[in-house]
Amino acid sequence: MKRVLTCIGCPLGCQITVELHDAQIISVTGNTCRRGSEYARKEVTNPTRIVTSSVPVTGSCGQTAMVSCKTEHDIPKSKVFDVIAGLKTVRVQAPVKIGDVLLKNAAGTGVDVIATKNVF
Amino acid sequence: MYDVVIIGAGVTGCAVARELSRYQLRACVLERCEDVCCGTSKANSAIVHAGFDAKHGSKMAELNVRGSRLMPEFCRELDVPYRRNGSLVVCMDEADLPKLHELYENGLKNGVEQLEIIGAETLRTLEPNISLNAVGALYAPTGGIVCPFTLTIALAENAYANGVAFRFNTEVAALHRENGLWHIQTNRGEVVSRCVVNAAGVYADTLHNLVSETKLHITPRRGEYMLLDRTAGAHVSHTVFQLPGKLGKGVLVSPTIHGNLIVGPTAEDISDREGTDTTASGLHELAEKAQLAVSGLPLRQVITSFAGLRAHEDGHEFVLGEADGAPGFFDCAGIESPGLSASPAIGQFTAKLLREKLNLAEKPDFIATRDGIPDPKSLSPDEYRALIARQPAYGQIVCRCEQVTEGEILDAIRRPLGAKSVDGVKRRTRAGMGRCQAGFCSVRVMELLSRELGISMDAVTKCGGDSRYITGKLKEG
Amino acid sequence: MEQFDIIVIGGGPAGLAAAIAAYDAGVHSILVLEREDRLGGILNQCIHNGFGLHTFGEELTGPEYAQRYIDRLMERNIAYRCGAAVLHISPEKTVTAVSRADGLMTLQANAVILAMGCRERSRGALNIPGYRPAGIYSAGTAQRLVNINGLMPGKRVVILGSGDIGLIMARRLTLEGAKVEVVAELMPYSGGLKRNIVQCLDDFGIPLKLSHTVVQIEGKERVSGVVIAQVDTHGKPIAGTEEHYDCDTLLLSCGLIPENELSRALGVTLSPVTNGPVVTEQLQTSVPGVFAAGNVLHVHDLVDFVSQEAASAGRAAAAYVAGGCIKTPDAGVAIMLGSGVRYSVPATVDPTRVTDNLTIRFRVGSVMKNRRVCLYLNDTPVLRRKRPVMAPGEMEQLVLTEAMLQESAPVKTIRIEIEEAGA
Repeated sequence: MKRVLTCIGCPLGCQITVELHDAQIISVTGNTCRRGSEYARKEVTNPTRIVTSSVPVTGSCGQTAMVSCKTEHDIPKSKVFDVIAGLKTVRVQAPVKIGDVLLKNAAGTGVDVIATKNVF
Repeated sequence: MYDVVIIGAGVTGCAVARELSRYQLRACVLERCEDVCCGTSKANSAIVHAGFDAKHGSKMAELNVRGSRLMPEFCRELDVPYRRNGSLVVCMDEADLPKLHELYENGLKNGVEQLEIIGAETLRTLEPNISLNAVGALYAPTGGIVCPFTLTIALAENAYANGVAFRFNTEVAALHRENGLWHIQTNRGEVVSRCVVNAAGVYADTLHNLVSETKLHITPRRGEYMLLDRTAGAHVSHTVFQLPGKLGKGVLVSPTIHGNLIVGPTAEDISDREGTDTTASGLHELAEKAQLAVSGLPLRQVITSFAGLRAHEDGHEFVLGEADGAPGFFDCAGIESPGLSASPAIGQFTAKLLREKLNLAEKPDFIATRDGIPDPKSLSPDEYRALIARQPAYGQIVCRCEQVTEGEILDAIRRPLGAKSVDGVKRRTRAGMGRCQAGFCSVRVMELLSRELGISMDAVTKCGGDSRYITGKLKEG
Repeated sequence: MEQFDIIVIGGGPAGLAAAIAAYDAGVHSILVLEREDRLGGILNQCIHNGFGLHTFGEELTGPEYAQRYIDRLMERNIAYRCGAAVLHISPEKTVTAVSRADGLMTLQANAVILAMGCRERSRGALNIPGYRPAGIYSAGTAQRLVNINGLMPGKRVVILGSGDIGLIMARRLTLEGAKVEVVAELMPYSGGLKRNIVQCLDDFGIPLKLSHTVVQIEGKERVSGVVIAQVDTHGKPIAGTEEHYDCDTLLLSCGLIPENELSRALGVTLSPVTNGPVVTEQLQTSVPGVFAAGNVLHVHDLVDFVSQEAASAGRAAAAYVAGGCIKTPDAGVAIMLGSGVRYSVPATVDPTRVTDNLTIRFRVGSVMKNRRVCLYLNDTPVLRRKRPVMAPGEMEQLVLTEAMLQESAPVKTIRIEIEEAGA
């Protein structure tokens, strides 16, 4: 099996082809640097993303409606929508500080969603 | 029951309403949109024509010249921005000079004052950016520029202050006369009135033809415009028309009363009476034609473009007065350019007919003046400080491009016949009319409308109807 | 009249970094004026990650990045006023501002730092024909609605322009349940970062159509659809390539323009290329004692470089104040731009006044591959950097050192050239 990826390392945006056999990488071609190869290998075996979103906050004296948040670390790409779904019912009460945990173990990833904004 | 129902809250309907409000009567304005000034009145050249153009002997010529003479006093009374910047009709070809003289003669006959034919040199002294191809011009110092939004809104507010009722979102479907009274069917029920004024703009023929056997035909004539940033506003100081020549009618280039530069209009007859969309070809035509008379036009400074529909009647004449076979039904139809210029005169003319018809008596306590929304930019520093001390909202800038404060926006929403939409706020305060075109302030204006009108953010509209901004809340549904 | 050594116009990333650097350089009489209700500027609504890699070595979100600078401002007790809009700055550096709390303020500064940021190009400026219904937003306005107000601007979205904010919003709206139909880009290349193309579009299967534009907006009250078409090499739509998309929303992400109103009214010379002030190596404008940094000077891609640039402006303003606010002679050498280079910041360099490293930032006018960037002093190359690819959307930097200038003294010419990298 072959997968073609666009490298995000630099504006060059190399089209990298990764050849796989039984989930084993056989070859990586099309990259112009080592970072490209590393990116492609990770992207085909274990792609991850940091998810950012925002959730409603109540009781803010500054009338802030939403508090922004992110997964504390990157999570498997396949879990992105699950994390967003998990945030749908989250409501928080001001005050909130950057780093406060808003959702523990989001979508079973073992990663918490934390606040990225101070709301008073 | 009313004595007079006016259909249409454009500048014509509002001018009639205001002039009628001098008399003791029950009057009401019906408007299908959510606000005044939503049709032709909001999308035109914003020019007060001197009156040399309309054919001598026509109603159009008579009322244009009279309207132009009345305008300064109207604008003073009603606190409307107006300036006599003078008009120039530029001739680009020696062969066309006789036509320039014809225009001059026509203007003289119409009674336009201070008209003058000037040569190329004088022209360039007056307007250094005029094309080098210009051979002369007709100069009309009495030509002016006005804010059509403020004029219409001010007329409506003043009419309201003098007792005229306004019903918005009220569209006339049919009307008929029964026992000497007009029964007007609308989407919001029936309204009964002794007299009707038809000021329905591009729909005036439809209404007229419902009641009269002498048929009218109006064609929506689309005019597209480009508006340039204030940094381009001084590119010309007069309103520069092109003398119609081999290349057609040409377009005008003019400063606006608020310091922008306006270029337009095109003229395209269309069938859709709601066809206020701009077109690629129209915008292209504007760019080409405008540069014929004015050199170095900074078209990169365009901040917005728009289109309006002129209610072009087949005879190119204002159709005023009682319609044939329809006693008490008064037309103000075919009000295309110079309709804005003529509006004070059309208002007086029509009000006089109704006064005679209904034998109206003057109101002893008529309020002749109206105060606009205080503009901090027009105040001295001490006056501005005092205003903020009284009303801190005037210290909060909402629209940064036009420096419009929260205080002005609140006034626009709270005053009688106040704004109910983001465009309504824009027309009253200029918030969102600047170079960023509401990129920064629209959300703030929406928040203020939501709070003041007691509606949720998803009910706030751009211009009424289904023009909602918000389709839902995050983390819901 | 209140007096300050330095007044900073704008409390976003540029203003904060400038004020902090000026303070650390020894000037403590500083006032930051911010028109919004909180410090941080546009970062407050940029809730995505990717900020601060250069500055902090970690990936922060916009609000987190802003907070680090706000904390530094607070630690230093630097004065600031929020909700304060500057109405006018005079060449004598009298600043007129207004706020709900303080009313109309007339403030006197010895130096002013312009840090007002930028604004988005509007639909009108793009001359897109059609109706003017609700549902047309600049990407930044939509971002504010979603991230600050928690409101959705639409359900089916077409995006014109592949600027980074548009790409970020494509992902953001998709995650919140909207369907982004397509991103159309007038140019044959994207204006956004590769990373954003991949993670905001490719991840969600959103097509990017290069050399395409919107030729018609439909819907009289609310957007009901748009027509996009392919464009030729001059950017003109090609007849017959029109495609209709049903949608209720059109987002515009078609470029940013420095907020130059105050700069212009103040009388500073503006660059027709950047639309920001023309500045010296001190980041000083043509009006003595008025400095500029960040997106008000020229639009940046990365906030880290905004902060760096603004810190330089802060230090320069502090030095100007410490030196008695003396107008320096205009002894700068103009940086000459070789083919393909659109502008440089600074525009001039006075070699005698460079006491440290000087970062020269510039942009190229088109996508170029396999090049090198060269800096010449007196026609001698002093710097050569390989660039496998260069694009208008990616700001370039060269660092000119004091040593280079000394070796070439007296420096008569400075020139940036883009050269073929060769084999």
